[in-house]
Amino acid sequence: MSNPSLDVRDVARLARIELNDAEVATFQEQLGRVLGYVEQLNALDVSGVEPTAHANPVFNVLRVDESRAGLDRRDALKNAPRVANNLVVVTKVIDQ
Amino acid sequence: MNDLSTLTVHELQAGFRRGDFTPLEALESLENAISSRDPQIGAYLSRDFETARAAAASADILLPLGGVPIAIKDAINVQGEPCRCASKMLENFISPYDATVISKLRAAGAIPFGRLNMDEFAMGSSTENSAFQKTRNPWDTGRIPGGSSGGSAASVASRTAFASLGSDTGGSIRQPAALCGVVGLKPSYGRVSRYGLVAFASSLDQIGPLARTTRDCASLMNILAGKDSRDSTSLDLPAEDFTAALGRDLRGVKLGIPKEYFVDGMDTRVRSRVEAAIAHCESQGAELIEVSLPHTAYAVGVYYIIATAEASANLARFDGVRYGHRADHPRDLLDHYMRSREEGFGSEVKRRIILGTYVLSSGYYDAYYLRAQKVRTLIRRDFEQAFEKVDALVCPTSPDLAFRIGERTDDPLRMYLADIFTIATNLAGICGLSVPCGFVEENGRSLPVGMQFLGRALDETRLLGIADAYERSCGLDFARALPK
Repeated sequence: MSNPSLDVRDVARLARIELNDAEVATFQEQLGRVLGYVEQLNALDVSGVEPTAHANPVFNVLRVDESRAGLDRRDALKNAPRVANNLVVVTKVIDQ
Repeated sequence: MNDLSTLTVHELQAGFRRGDFTPLEALESLENAISSRDPQIGAYLSRDFETARAAAASADILLPLGGVPIAIKDAINVQGEPCRCASKMLENFISPYDATVISKLRAAGAIPFGRLNMDEFAMGSSTENSAFQKTRNPWDTGRIPGGSSGGSAASVASRTAFASLGSDTGGSIRQPAALCGVVGLKPSYGRVSRYGLVAFASSLDQIGPLARTTRDCASLMNILAGKDSRDSTSLDLPAEDFTAALGRDLRGVKLGIPKEYFVDGMDTRVRSRVEAAIAHCESQGAELIEVSLPHTAYAVGVYYIIATAEASANLARFDGVRYGHRADHPRDLLDHYMRSREEGFGSEVKRRIILGTYVLSSGYYDAYYLRAQKVRTLIRRDFEQAFEKVDALVCPTSPDLAFRIGERTDDPLRMYLADIFTIATNLAGICGLSVPCGFVEENGRSLPVGMQFLGRALDETRLLGIADAYERSCGLDFARALPK
């Protein structure tokens, strides 16, 4: 079952995931069925119901504004795929 | 030297304090158990015996968990150890820091040890979504151990861990605990700091213990729980002794039986074992009260909208820049992102990120995400109303026995429905515990069945007391029951 409003290739691009044609076809079918299943929520009347965003109603958690030691620069860079001069190397963003 | 690997945490600590054996000897027993049994089970992704031995040699056995090795799900950061979330995305990642639960375990004298297999980024119900290896159910190695904390449950069941940590977003501690015949607790949301747990769905995730007895889970909770300034969702509550209600009986305990959790389509053998266990509770003096959670049927749908939406945002951090997999020779930044994520993530993770992105996208947000959040409110209210009448709810943990490896991998929706009895707990933020309640014989194998007790938010002490009373009176010595 497919879902006409779901365009997997387009959403995958929004999510920054490259997919091959086979994956697009498989996901289109599988996610169509999941969305079909989720349609059952439309049977409920939710007018006037407050949405729950979080399990606990905790607001404005504050702490004393004091500096704390963070990760050591060397440790923070250890897992970076590309490093030079103690900095993370990123892929070029601006065209020349 | 006796094999110590079959002892519970409680027995291990008693042995240390009597001087019967040392933490180093206990660790050596574990090493032997892992060498002989884990090749068939595959619970561990890696283990560092040398560091653990050094910690065991200098352990202070008078501390609350002094000298006790605790095995850790691969989603929880332990400084200097790999933390790969069973994903190629993090194949080379070494944790630069300890999660708060790990700092707490160390302070209590415990020895965090080993990395346990899981579904990639905790997305799955069978541990088949690990990028690195399959984990097999110790009771029948042709079957899955459950998931996503499959390694956490399989290690405890196969006596290659005394206890372990898992994480539970929609049942990922309780369902594998049930399918492997061990005890697993999902604490109430906010009980345990999530700092250092790789985030999947932040409004649902919670770290919790798996062990061979309820008592051991309670002892671990005494260490794990508490406010942490590094996790603003952790709750600031007075210190609590989670072992305080152990050793009691079931007289006068009001147990609610949610009728929606006994449905057509579940394995009738699972149902009959759980019903027999509930009847046993009644024979021990519990009062049984039928209750209704009318929105139960919507929980899976709500979950797969909310959890995937949160996951799509949380997993946006894996961009191949500061850490994680980076594609070779990107043409430009977009190509860098798209190929790094294509190569690093497995199918289920991609599927969920795409679904989550879709339900949050412009034009669909109200129809899916906002509606799901409203139905989440209705599910919470169901529980609030039920808990006005009862002390705890009792129901099956999983509708099925452990299924065969490969049986559901092509059918995500069917896999999602494996969590039908555990998901609502996370949506409501309450606590839940799975305890073994019987076996089903199939093809000459005994497969464990789990029973779930659900409690009010922050009512873990009572919940643990009820489960402990059941466990001690049920006549099945699960702490001793060993897979063949």
